[in-house]
Amino acid sequence: MNAALEFRQVSYRIGGNVILDNLSFRIEPGRTLVLLGRSGSGKTTALKMLNGLLFPTSGQVLVESRATTDWDLIQLRRSIGYVIQEVGLFPHFTIGENVGLVPRLQGWPPQRIAARVAELLAQVGLDPAQFLDRYPRQLSGGQRQRVGVARALAAEPTLLLFDEPFGALDPVTRVELQDQFLELRDRLQKTSIFVTHDVREAVRLGTEIALLHRGRLEELTTPAEFLNSSGPEARAFLSAL
Amino acid sequence: MIPPYLLQEMAQLTGEHFVLVLVSIAIAVAAGLPLGIFLTRRAEWRTPLLGFANVMQTIPSLALFGFLIPIPLIGGIGKRSAIVALVLYALLPILRNTLAGILGVDAAVRESAIAMGMTGRQLLWEVELPLAAPTILAGVRIATVTTIGTATIAAAIGGGGLGVFIFRGIASVDTTQILAGAIPAALLALLSDGGFSWIERRVSVT
Repeated sequence: MNAALEFRQVSYRIGGNVILDNLSFRIEPGRTLVLLGRSGSGKTTALKMLNGLLFPTSGQVLVESRATTDWDLIQLRRSIGYVIQEVGLFPHFTIGENVGLVPRLQGWPPQRIAARVAELLAQVGLDPAQFLDRYPRQLSGGQRQRVGVARALAAEPTLLLFDEPFGALDPVTRVELQDQFLELRDRLQKTSIFVTHDVREAVRLGTEIALLHRGRLEELTTPAEFLNSSGPEARAFLSAL
Repeated sequence: MIPPYLLQEMAQLTGEHFVLVLVSIAIAVAAGLPLGIFLTRRAEWRTPLLGFANVMQTIPSLALFGFLIPIPLIGGIGKRSAIVALVLYALLPILRNTLAGILGVDAAVRESAIAMGMTGRQLLWEVELPLAAPTILAGVRIATVTTIGTATIAAAIGGGGLGVFIFRGIASVDTTQILAGAIPAALLALLSDGGFSWIERRVSVT
């Protein structure tokens, strides 16, 4: 089976600092890989290589068997859903306009966008009639993050990237959104990469866990294997459980 | 109150003044806005260009009008030199606010826009300019109000406008003439300030 994406000996340096050190791994389609690591372990950097926000200093990142450097970046990014902690909703767009943005950029007809937006809002648990015409500032943090997820799914992406999306939420809302993530994960079966420093979240949401430490891949395991891992960095994380 | 012999001239000079300001601001916006956008893309040009605009602001206005008189093409006696000087003054607030407004757009919003596959042009027109609009408008507002005041000095080099009254009043120690220039200029400034504040309220969404 073809890997949905692959890191081939990827290194990334800024000045004298090595952010990523010879990273190699691949993910099969439909899996959810959690990149787990401390702050500064390089997990967000690795994520940003997938939608061409950053490029390797050496090595290659392949999305659908094509190096990111060979992709038309605009097309690559429009085929990838991206959810970040700060959400990054456009404050001057309504919720409906935010969710429908990539479909609009892709030139979908307006009726199809409207139908898709309503369907997605309902999917993430927001009543379209109530939220469609509101602005992001009128929503709570949890609601905004739901909109962020809906926006990432809008144009039927082949790949989903999550950069600590639930990090800034209160614990109760976080669990609600994790539940919803699991439900979407199992129903949509889209290849996803999920960055977090929360080991509990990693074990709960991933089908695979890649543990990063100082820019290196320490281990790549299933959550069950991870719980029994004897590696020092894994033990450090597990002691936080 | 107002002597009838002044009324007709007041109307004419107010009109002249208004056109002087309008043309200068239009040119300053047409130059300052694209230049400001350019500076958001090219950090290495910021210091020299902002430095130039800053230096222009420090030159006393009467002196700047004077400097322009002997310069060919853009200088000389009359409206053209006046407009050149007014544009140079108006440039800084417009340039600086365009730069500050665009650079002030939330980094997370800009990153999402790029990550969602917006082209550079879409990022500028759909995200950066709408979000920077209140700041840019505030720059144009400051530029306009100060230009209305500065434009009274244009009369010193034959640029016309309400300054004609003021200079004539000073020369002939005639307070009525000075007021005939100063009051309409002040009203013009207040009106445009109010107008901009109304537009700003309509433009700001966040």
